[in-house]
Amino acid sequence: MSGFSTHPDHDFDVRIHDALGNAELRESFHGAMHFLRDKRRTQFPDPNALEALRDRGAAIRDRALARLPDLLEQLERNCTRNGIQVHWAETAEEANTLITGLVNAAQGKRIVKGKSMATEEIGLNSAFEAAGFTCLESDMGEYIVQQANETPSHIIMPAIHRNKASIARQFHTQIPETPYTEDVDELIGTGRRVLRRAFAEADVGISGVNFAVAETGTLCLVENEGNGRMSTTVPDMHIAVMGIEKVIERLADLPDLLRLLTRSATGQAVTTYLNLISSPRKQDECDGPRQVHLVLLDNGRSRIYADRQLRETLRCIRCGACMNHCPVYERLGGHAYGTVYPGPIGQVVMPQLHGLDRAGKLTQACSLNGACGEACPVRIPLPDLIRRLRHEGVTQDTGSPVKGHGRQRKPAEALTWKIWSLIHRTPWLYSLTTHLATRARKLLPPWPRAWTNHRAPLEPAERSFREMMEQRGRDPGGKQ
Amino acid sequence: MNATPVNRVYLFGTCLVDVFHPRAGMAAVRLLEREGIFVDFPPEQTCCGQPPYNSGYDEQARDVARQVVERFSDPIPVIVPSGSCAGMLRHHYPSLLADDPLANAAQDLAARTYELHEFLNRVLKIRLEDQGAPVRVAMHTACSARREMGVRDDGLALLGQLKHVEVCEPENAEACCGFGGTFAVKMSEVSAAMASDKCGAIRATGARQLLSSDCGCLMNIDGMLRKQGQDLNGEHLAEFIWKRTGGEPL
Repeated sequence: MSGFSTHPDHDFDVRIHDALGNAELRESFHGAMHFLRDKRRTQFPDPNALEALRDRGAAIRDRALARLPDLLEQLERNCTRNGIQVHWAETAEEANTLITGLVNAAQGKRIVKGKSMATEEIGLNSAFEAAGFTCLESDMGEYIVQQANETPSHIIMPAIHRNKASIARQFHTQIPETPYTEDVDELIGTGRRVLRRAFAEADVGISGVNFAVAETGTLCLVENEGNGRMSTTVPDMHIAVMGIEKVIERLADLPDLLRLLTRSATGQAVTTYLNLISSPRKQDECDGPRQVHLVLLDNGRSRIYADRQLRETLRCIRCGACMNHCPVYERLGGHAYGTVYPGPIGQVVMPQLHGLDRAGKLTQACSLNGACGEACPVRIPLPDLIRRLRHEGVTQDTGSPVKGHGRQRKPAEALTWKIWSLIHRTPWLYSLTTHLATRARKLLPPWPRAWTNHRAPLEPAERSFREMMEQRGRDPGGKQ
Repeated sequence: MNATPVNRVYLFGTCLVDVFHPRAGMAAVRLLEREGIFVDFPPEQTCCGQPPYNSGYDEQARDVARQVVERFSDPIPVIVPSGSCAGMLRHHYPSLLADDPLANAAQDLAARTYELHEFLNRVLKIRLEDQGAPVRVAMHTACSARREMGVRDDGLALLGQLKHVEVCEPENAEACCGFGGTFAVKMSEVSAAMASDKCGAIRATGARQLLSSDCGCLMNIDGMLRKQGQDLNGEHLAEFIWKRTGGEPL
């Protein structure tokens, strides 16, 4: 399982076309993105304070990444000391085999899962299905998309593409004895009844990890609905799945990161639930899982880590602010990308995880406007990384760890840039070209169609700027 | 740079100004000259290399960038009437040419590169006397001018000096217009969706004129407005300021 069943580049254009043609989707995303941006803005009223906090957040993440191998070992030692069993998984397949093995060993069948991008990335739900387990997503949005056989369209708000009428129809037809209603409270009540039963009956609870503290061996989970706490407390076994980059040095690093995470993600000053898990149930405790497992997932991350510039990708705290601020994501929604991580961070992560041959085209869905980089709470230079990956996509032998080099290179495009370069580094040729373009301006074809389908044709001026300057130089009245 | 008065600058005209908006270039020259500055326009200049650079063709971009570094080698400010081209020189040349014999020269060039309105407002601190009739204009600041160069306020400050000009920033002013160089062609449908929203926001201001300090955005927005049959003239900010302050026809 690679996290998505189709080639993300495949039919990307078709998905873009469909998304743009879906007026309801466009309106939903437009409204949601602006709502989230406004909420975030009100949480950071002082721009200087925000910049200082972003500096601290980026520094915390950089410090942790600089010592990543050490910190992971320290985390393993401290977790083990606390009674948390630590496992390492190099690939998605390894992680899935390991996790299904743990569930089997505990003779578990029924699983509840809190929202987690790492488990989406490895396609854990499909692995569970194949193993004959039932796994219910317990985050309300995830539950809705799971029931509809869909994937999340946003990393924080998985069902943001859905409106209440379609959810009302879905619940009415799929959950027995559910009357049709568009009342949001009633819909949530319906979902909650289903989930409550699942929590009570579950053998195993799965979660992700927002941050893991190396010095204390603590798993930190941020959530709003309380479902995460139910998933990690009620069943006898808790399995946490974490990308190896999520480790931080100290507990003292946590407050700044939490401030950045919740305010950037949903515009909340604080999260509703913060779960700090440091051990399984102790002898005199009356609840909590009897076994806690931590799966440390690589899945391509150490390859990203090997390159100094690309390493900045791993600072990501999965807040989704980049997609909330991306004008392309706003128009398309998350499904058009065909990837687990959509939007700007997805455009950077997916080609690195799965190769430029499979996901390199995603990097084109960007106008390099910089909004994502400006929003990123830990200052990941997303536009620079997108551009870097474009370069890797059209170039052979870059010596970088990204797979699928040069596979986005098209001979016609490469030739165009060669000619372009020749003209622009040969001044007389450039002069001649602009001279001809301005003289023949009325004769130029309305080209390219991609431009003129939506805009008036480009029309060169009567005389180029350089000709005006030359004329001025010859003119005795001119100042040069 | 600020300690000694500037009396000579380079003008980097940009290829879009050269071919599509030469009057914007002339306005930049005149505005600088009116402040007593000699404007050196190296006649062999072409483009900054941004189009292939943003497409990932670094080698082709580097070939062009080297010449810019060589042709603008005197230690005087380089003035660019475009946020994205100025951003290319200031923020991307140092890394693009990091392993090149011209690496130091690229660093030096980056340090003395200015966007035109940034230079007029911050370095020269020019004063403007509005001589035109009352008008309502919509100002669009390019993403690169806003984010990469941080010069949004400079353009607005200059416009703010024009007494009879009412300036409105369209709703969602910080949103990209969808140009993005080759993005407008490669992802033309997404680009058009972005441009369409931008045009709607600009029309909603009720402005008579659209201003921007970047020719790429102007071409994109103005091109769509014209296709829509809108009577809303798009103009480069420098040209507008020059005309409003009594400059002779360009």
